[in-house]
Amino acid sequence: MNVFHRHQNATPYLLLLPGVLFLSVFFVVPLGFLAYQSLESGNIDFGYAFTWQWSNYWDAIHNYRDEFIRSIEYAGIATVLALVFSYPVAYWIAFRGGRWKNLLLLFIVAPFFVTYLIRTLAWETILSDNGFVVRTLGNLHLLGILGQNGRILSTGTAVVAGITYNFLPFMALPLYVSLEQIDARLIEAAEDLYASKWHAFWRVTFPLSLPGVVAGTLLTFIPAAGDFINAQLLGGPQNHMIGNVIQSKFLELTDYPAAAAMSFILMAGILVFVFLYARLVGTEQLTGTAG
Amino acid sequence: MTSIAVEHHERRKPLMATWSFVKRHVLTVYSILFFAYLLLPIAIVIVFSFNNPPGKFNYTWNSFTWDNWRYWNGVPGIQSAVVLSLEIALIASLIATALGTLIALALVRYSFRGRASTNILIFLPLSTPEIVLGASLLTLFLHTTFVTFGFETILIAHIMFCISFAVVTVKARLVGFDRHLEEAAMDLGANEWTTFQKVTLPLIAPAILAALLLCFAISIDDFVVTYFNSGSDVTFPLFVWGAARIGAPPQVNVIGTAIFVIALTAMLVNVLVQMRRSKRAAAE
Repeated sequence: MNVFHRHQNATPYLLLLPGVLFLSVFFVVPLGFLAYQSLESGNIDFGYAFTWQWSNYWDAIHNYRDEFIRSIEYAGIATVLALVFSYPVAYWIAFRGGRWKNLLLLFIVAPFFVTYLIRTLAWETILSDNGFVVRTLGNLHLLGILGQNGRILSTGTAVVAGITYNFLPFMALPLYVSLEQIDARLIEAAEDLYASKWHAFWRVTFPLSLPGVVAGTLLTFIPAAGDFINAQLLGGPQNHMIGNVIQSKFLELTDYPAAAAMSFILMAGILVFVFLYARLVGTEQLTGTAG
Repeated sequence: MTSIAVEHHERRKPLMATWSFVKRHVLTVYSILFFAYLLLPIAIVIVFSFNNPPGKFNYTWNSFTWDNWRYWNGVPGIQSAVVLSLEIALIASLIATALGTLIALALVRYSFRGRASTNILIFLPLSTPEIVLGASLLTLFLHTTFVTFGFETILIAHIMFCISFAVVTVKARLVGFDRHLEEAAMDLGANEWTTFQKVTLPLIAPAILAALLLCFAISIDDFVVTYFNSGSDVTFPLFVWGAARIGAPPQVNVIGTAIFVIALTAMLVNVLVQMRRSKRAAAE
């Protein structure tokens, strides 16, 4: 690792200092403030006092259980959909892309070049009441299952559709990276040994692409669980996620302690998810040491 | 790889060959549909920037017009929002890339005490939901008085969430870097600073440029963290948010289209420059 800088031990610390200091002051310290605030009581008019108000947490879980569950549910469905939608394409680019690979990858990230909010507004147009999606679903008699009162907008379907689309590149890119690294000869060897294409895929290709599946799942699920834009623009009040509650408590109702407590519950929930997921697939996959 | 695969298919029975041909096409057709799905909303944004909406909602196509482009700043507040977004994105991406490059150099080049925890510090902001990043910064700014809400707080927030992206981007390039080039320069009598200037910097310049572009793109697109920390200042995404409640004007699509085209061009240029560089390096 250290070939010719061994004599200068201060150099790495000097290089780190400005950036790490910045992140400490504006990322780590704020989390401390958030924790502190989450245990306060009071209100904006009379001021807040630190009172070890653990009830903020219980109240948040008790009063907003539906929103918490909905966040997990919507983010979970969107993550699975994103995985199922983008895996075949990532596979196609990795194994059949040839010299077009980079161009195709540019297509994959193209949505990121359009402002997030504008992208979501475009879905409002696509899913609008007299748009072709609603009409097609109506003709297929699926509107009753996926929509409500003949609409898609203001339903969970619209929110999940928006989340799935908005975070799709986060799923597709890591999938592509892990599939691209697979030595095609391994798959051929499996087939030479009389594995069917189906078997070769599930026994060789898919396990080797697991680091990408894991990375993609986390990169999609984590931002999706905290999202409130899709629920706000595409859903109705009955589709609000925990992000909507945190946002309105912070910025409209100025109920800071409750909002801070909810932020921590959201983070804890995500950590639990990551932990369970790590147990399920193995920690090496998670930290990427296996790949 | 492809030639082996082709040989392989030829050895098979014709029926199997047909089957795999069909399957190959299924995947291709599916991928084309996928790209159509991916690009459809972008097409909608572009097309509706030329719409002359019948009412205040720009949802249904009415008639074609150039007016939205000609009077792109015809909506009160949109121009100052775009200018603020550009200023913030420019300054934030420069500072974050500088700080991130230094961290990346330290992480890849040196083994030191605290390296693992630095890696975690870089990884954590990337895996924290944006709403928590925004909320925690807000509580910091509420509890302290050293900054005023507005330009300063937005800038600080943007630098904060861009640093990690810059570190990751530059690190990726440094890892695959041939250290012998630097050692050769040092053997030939160059000191550490000269080596860095003449050898290291030119080689990692594409990665630094990529980090700059990435930070710029993330900054100009950010809504959530900005929303929490903007005070009464309005960036372009905040303008869109406000406008969406009463029906976003087509000028929003104009700016969205412009950002899309510029970002796409920058990406293409970066790819082309890198291709030419590697070609020239191969020729030398």
